[in-house]
Amino acid sequence: MNPHLPLTVLALAATLAAASVQAQGQPVIGLITKTETNPFFVKMKEGAAEAAKAKGAKLLTGAGKSDGDNAGQVTAMENMIAAGAKTILITPSDAKAILPSIKKARDKGVLVIALDSPTDPADGTDALFATDNYKAGVLIGQYAKAALAGKPAKIVTLDLFPGHPVGAQRHNGFLKGMGLPAPDAKSNELGKDAALACMADSFGDQAKGQTAMENCLQKAPDANLVYTINEPAAAGAFNALKKAGKEKNVIIVSVDGGCQGIKDVGEGKIAATSQQYPLKMAAMGVEAGVEYAKTGKKPSGYTDTGVTLIAARPIAGVDSKDVKTGTELCWGKK
Amino acid sequence: MTATVTAGAAAKAPVAIPWGQLGPFIALLIACTFFAFTTERFFSGENLSLILQQVMVVGVIAIGQTLIILTAGIDLSCGVVMALGSIVMTKFAVELGMPAPLAILCGIVATALFGLLNGLLVTRIRLPPFIVTLGTFNIAFAITQLYSNAQTVTDLPPAMTWLGNTFALGGANVAYGTVLMIGLYLGIWFWLRETAAGRHVYAVGNNPEATRLVGIPTERVLLGVYVMAGVFYGIASLLSVARTGVGDPNAGQTENLDAITAVVLGGTSLFGGRGVVLGTLVGAIVVGVLRNGLTLMGVSSVYQVLVTGILVILAVTVDQLSRRASR
Amino acid sequence: MSANSPLVMQAKGLVKRYGQVTALDGADFELRAGEILAVIGDNGAGKSSLIKALSGATIPDEGEILLDGKPVKFRSPIDARHAGIECCYQDLAVAPAMTITENLFLGRELRREGFLGNVLRMLDKKKMLETAIARMNDLKVGIRSMTQAVETLSGGQRQCVAVARAAAFAEHVVILDEPTAALGVKEGNMVLELIRRVRDKGLPVILISHNMPHVFEIADRIHVARLGRRAAVLNPKKISMSDTVAVMTGAMPPEAIPAECLA
Repeated sequence: MNPHLPLTVLALAATLAAASVQAQGQPVIGLITKTETNPFFVKMKEGAAEAAKAKGAKLLTGAGKSDGDNAGQVTAMENMIAAGAKTILITPSDAKAILPSIKKARDKGVLVIALDSPTDPADGTDALFATDNYKAGVLIGQYAKAALAGKPAKIVTLDLFPGHPVGAQRHNGFLKGMGLPAPDAKSNELGKDAALACMADSFGDQAKGQTAMENCLQKAPDANLVYTINEPAAAGAFNALKKAGKEKNVIIVSVDGGCQGIKDVGEGKIAATSQQYPLKMAAMGVEAGVEYAKTGKKPSGYTDTGVTLIAARPIAGVDSKDVKTGTELCWGKK
Repeated sequence: MTATVTAGAAAKAPVAIPWGQLGPFIALLIACTFFAFTTERFFSGENLSLILQQVMVVGVIAIGQTLIILTAGIDLSCGVVMALGSIVMTKFAVELGMPAPLAILCGIVATALFGLLNGLLVTRIRLPPFIVTLGTFNIAFAITQLYSNAQTVTDLPPAMTWLGNTFALGGANVAYGTVLMIGLYLGIWFWLRETAAGRHVYAVGNNPEATRLVGIPTERVLLGVYVMAGVFYGIASLLSVARTGVGDPNAGQTENLDAITAVVLGGTSLFGGRGVVLGTLVGAIVVGVLRNGLTLMGVSSVYQVLVTGILVILAVTVDQLSRRASR
Repeated sequence: MSANSPLVMQAKGLVKRYGQVTALDGADFELRAGEILAVIGDNGAGKSSLIKALSGATIPDEGEILLDGKPVKFRSPIDARHAGIECCYQDLAVAPAMTITENLFLGRELRREGFLGNVLRMLDKKKMLETAIARMNDLKVGIRSMTQAVETLSGGQRQCVAVARAAAFAEHVVILDEPTAALGVKEGNMVLELIRRVRDKGLPVILISHNMPHVFEIADRIHVARLGRRAAVLNPKKISMSDTVAVMTGAMPPEAIPAECLA
């Protein structure tokens, strides 16, 4: 038998397959998240897959190995473009380091949309579909102010870690919502104020949030309001307060709207949380990709994917939705 | 050379001041004094007992890590194996309805099995521990995420979180888990000092060829150390569950390096054969004191990381210099 | 120490092959009571293979070994140790960070009596220290403190500790592998003195060495290994050093050796 026969057959098959993909004109869209495992991104992938199926697009997914793994995202992007992706949706792990790769992609005519958090600068991508994290902070700040009903606030903030834009936006938005002087939405610095009795870093982790809250309680035993960067940190804060016997007198507010977090709101552990919509971000991204493949039209600028205040106890003057609504819209395992 | 031999240190015998062992205590003393003067609440029984609770998970992980580092090995997977243990025990209790003690045992068995895996790869296949545990770190992490579906496990039976409860002791609230941690440290300290098996751990770390030549079952000692470490990671996972009240699949990721930091700060040599396990406890407490004190001072957590890094370099330098001086 | 001294250890027709290489090609060996027997030979002559067979580190393919006239089979160095043969290796086999006492008892630690020893497995450190001091005194090894770490000792002192360890536990035979290699003149002499004292206590010593002057200084007989066999056994008091080297390299065939030089 001709020794080259198997190779020839293989080459022929590959060409036919490639040709069929081209011939179908099926838009290929790549989604690159920060990690594979964070439920936020899992939900994003689900939303993207559903939208892709509905619109007849082909979805490729990839991610870095961990938060901050830029190289993994770069590799994923290169592989996806080589596989024919004309649109890349990405939640950048490193807002600056990813820029050169994105530029290369855009120079090739690939549409690149940032999801959930922007690149730095934000016009590094064609468009941004994300939560307005500042607004998310403002909403819970407003609720907290109203819930305090005039009592002087002694605030503990459990932040992410220094320098992270999302951490700064939520923190500063919260200060704004509380009516305190706050840096604007573009700032990466955490705003300070006399009412902030203690600021600590939780790294968005439950155990670290608990430790941070315990330490802050030592510094400010009479704190009555806790802002947390996300719901795992809030769960840790609640634990610490419960151990100190203070959970009934302290208001905890948070951001995220994951299903576990909404459950905690329902159980009274978290007073209010700003819910964000990863599913929507992904679906919008897929739609934009399909549109681009069909008409060549690119989206631009920043599109707010929405944030809703979820609270168990409604308060006059603050617009919030109830836990039932929050549960229907939540992301993660219900 | 016919002078008679005497016991104990004579005039000319070099009395090496164990700076390597005193160092961590001195660092702890300095840190505590500093924070006692610069903050109001640092030096209270309640705050100090809190710090012990905050370090109890890393503290127990670091016991296992100390044993491994004493044999000139290292374990980069300790934190995520701990997370795996906590997921196994909480899921078994909540989803499979297992009684808490049995579920806890299963969690510890799971972590011990990982220890066994590490040990077999090191002793039978003769792979360097750094590389082996780098691999098992990834495997354990993936298994934990897949099995838990990246969700925390909540609504645990009270028996599981009992170690997180506290009892009153002289004006402070001490957690049962803290008592367990201190008990474990004392037990291992005794074992390493007073039993042949413990001394063999030091010998294997100091000169494995020598131990083979004198008939010590070197491979068995190494395997035993890795399995023991796995058991300690399992106990740490119970403490983690007890402290936070949930099984968290994302726990333990910084504990991998935190445990190694505690061991190094405690004066144990990364080259094996030297170190006192109680030093590791001091090292873990120093890190907890820094974190607590800096928060009380209102200083950003970045400085805690900076100071820890400086202390690690100091600790290793002091160890090296004191060894050179004793020659 | 005459030819009529009883044979403590004997080997007949030892053969050991490693693949294509024959390390031992029908080697014979005799060790008499109360003597220091030096084993010399060029590289590849088979002396290390011979020693390994005698100490249980390797198992010969053919031949037999007799201890006090009785055939023995060693499957590992531990078997040899249990039979009363102790080996002091070239790299000393000590844990430098541990004390002299601990190194002396490494692998054969003493436990306390009763509950503390049997259940808690506690070591009897006091007894080990006392025994260590006594043995070292026996052998007149002049180290001041048994609780100092081995790494604080000089090269010669470390060698003495290693030799003393072998001597302290051996019941039948002490094997020393290059004990004076890498030592200066003074320290080398210190070790040779110690080896003499070991022999004087009644333990026969097998000494492997490349150092001809040292061999001639303390050996009672010299076993020359060549090409995997025993070329000759020489009397250092009668034969010259240069002739010995000639036998070792093959320049002087065994037949050419004068009768009075044989031992």
